[in-house]
Amino acid sequence: MKKLHYGADTNMAGKTLFDKIWESHLVHEEEGKPSLLYIDLHLIHEVTSPQAFEGLRIMGREVRRPDLTFATMDHNVPTTDRSGPISDPISAKQIEALRQNCTDFGVTLFGIKINNHSQGIVHVIGPELGLTKPGMTIVCGDSHTSTHGAFGALAFGIGTSEVEHVLATQCLRQNCPKVFEIKVEGHRQYGVTAKDIILGIIGHIGTAGATGTVVEYRGEAIEALSMEERMTVCNMSIEGGARAGMIAPDKKTFEYVKGRRYAPKNINYEKALKHWQTLRTDPDAVFDKSVTLDASKIAPQVSWGTNPGMVTDVTSKVPDPRDCEDLGERKSMEQALEYMDLKANTPITDIHVDRVFIGSCTNSRMEDLMAVAKLVKGRKVADGVSAMVVPGSQIVKKRAEEIELHRIFTDAGFEWRESGCSMCLGMNPDILSPGERCASTSNRNFEGRQGKGGRTHLVSPIMAAAAALSGHFVDVREWDIEKGI
Amino acid sequence: MEKLQKVMGKVAALDRMNVDTDQIIPKQFLKRIERTGFGEFLFFDWKYNDDGTINEDFELNQTRYAGSCILLTRDNFGSGSSREHAPWAIREAGFRVILAPSFADIFYNNCFKNSILPIVISKDRTDELFCLVLKNEGYSLEIDLVKRSVTGQGVEFSFEIDDFKRKVLLEGLDDISQTLELEATIENYEKLFKNERQWVLPDECKNS
Repeated sequence: MKKLHYGADTNMAGKTLFDKIWESHLVHEEEGKPSLLYIDLHLIHEVTSPQAFEGLRIMGREVRRPDLTFATMDHNVPTTDRSGPISDPISAKQIEALRQNCTDFGVTLFGIKINNHSQGIVHVIGPELGLTKPGMTIVCGDSHTSTHGAFGALAFGIGTSEVEHVLATQCLRQNCPKVFEIKVEGHRQYGVTAKDIILGIIGHIGTAGATGTVVEYRGEAIEALSMEERMTVCNMSIEGGARAGMIAPDKKTFEYVKGRRYAPKNINYEKALKHWQTLRTDPDAVFDKSVTLDASKIAPQVSWGTNPGMVTDVTSKVPDPRDCEDLGERKSMEQALEYMDLKANTPITDIHVDRVFIGSCTNSRMEDLMAVAKLVKGRKVADGVSAMVVPGSQIVKKRAEEIELHRIFTDAGFEWRESGCSMCLGMNPDILSPGERCASTSNRNFEGRQGKGGRTHLVSPIMAAAAALSGHFVDVREWDIEKGI
Repeated sequence: MEKLQKVMGKVAALDRMNVDTDQIIPKQFLKRIERTGFGEFLFFDWKYNDDGTINEDFELNQTRYAGSCILLTRDNFGSGSSREHAPWAIREAGFRVILAPSFADIFYNNCFKNSILPIVISKDRTDELFCLVLKNEGYSLEIDLVKRSVTGQGVEFSFEIDDFKRKVLLEGLDDISQTLELEATIENYEKLFKNERQWVLPDECKNS
């Protein structure tokens, strides 16, 4: 059995950030079995947890560490006025089930009507409340759990059976994944955001390019990102096939965490900091796989197809399947263009939109809203376009309202909503109608994701805002986006 | 969990790459709080037209595939959302084995919790099987997990699978019970919270 250890390891050189976190969480190892890994934080939401709690009840099991388990309601909550009852009886039942489960098993819940001030998208509130910290293992029954990797945590999505396993044991059985270095060097251009960087990466490696790996994002352009921007990058790791994506913690990370509600305080913070500072890939560490991109060559991105790898520069055209040599890929492109009702070789800027959605665990934080507000202030949403801004959490909503961002949005013609996942996956009433085309700051452009027959184009918040004002995609680099509010 | 040792039956061919879990089970069906009742909604948006009638163009609606228990498909099957409702729907619709050149990680793991065997096969083998299934109505395969073999008219090959995952399916193991046997080891690990891992605990309950 491998020696269990914690903190800086002096025995061996050449560990990656991932190795350090993995090794410090090994509870048990046995020949021929996956490792048993300790989970420091378990986040749960209403959609993927009810069957897990039911499993505990059937077996007469308890939640092992309710103090390390936190719940929110985000996927199917309405984003309109929530003071009354939820009109959809099936959604209401699922939300009530979470409330009851949290009460019965002693789990802290940030729900609607219960601790509503901290409710929000699970991947927005974790960091916001200081629950997410460097060096932790974090899981949630949600594939975008990779978001928390922005703090130098090992965070990944799990299925409901695994949710039950973690509730009962606070551990997970895992085979050690490979580690994939994605380096983004250089400086990004004006108007190019973290969203464009991650879409550019996925376009480059493909939707299965990182399957079986944990990604460590590195390089100058990654280090230059703010914490919220890092969350956007790590959030979409799963869209490249990786279960987790991570970025080594640095001063920005430590400052971000400091003083937050559940963050370590005083001496505990000092102790934590000492440990967090060791969480960097050693210079002589070897990755299983590596790719390097040049940030200066990444343009604002727009997806044209039905998976996030089907993405291109805003200055480009819808690709022609006939140019694709692989017959399987070609067929896939043809199916995508048919679904999206797009013709090959159409300039991206000629694509008109009906709807604009600014929100989701990818892009619904303060910096996203600030960037959008700067761009739309004093302007109007184009005729025929319906646009909405859905803040990621009640805390984001409150802060935005304190500085009057909501007025800028509503004056420009955007709807301003309550926090939740909303139109990212359309489990609540926020959905596209068949045939509607949407510029969306979310993470998935799968068929029907935002509503059956709906057509999703993934973009950054400023690209979405510019599309809302213009009625079609535009290159934001041609706009004055820094004029201030 | 139900054991899976040998599966014999018809193969249904779904000739698409990157089939994501939003397609396998669309979000409108994720509001159920039970583990059952998802089978009829498998591939719902492809299976039915907007007016609720059967979509005759969707391959799995062909009568030749009725009663299939093996699904043959293309690369990156099960990508996207972690929803375990996807394997629940597949299993309830009668499928026990999925053959594809690659699977998305979370979906792949979820299969083993639900007595479904995902088998990774080469691209050439995939093409070969698609030809056989499309040419021969009622084409069947026999999959033997003990021998790690796939046999059928015109094909015979073995496949690789992680030993532990294989054992889980063969014996229908419940992993929570197994982990709970390590209770003392887990408790031992948790003692670290008392000293060097104190900072991990959410501060409001740091004294636990």
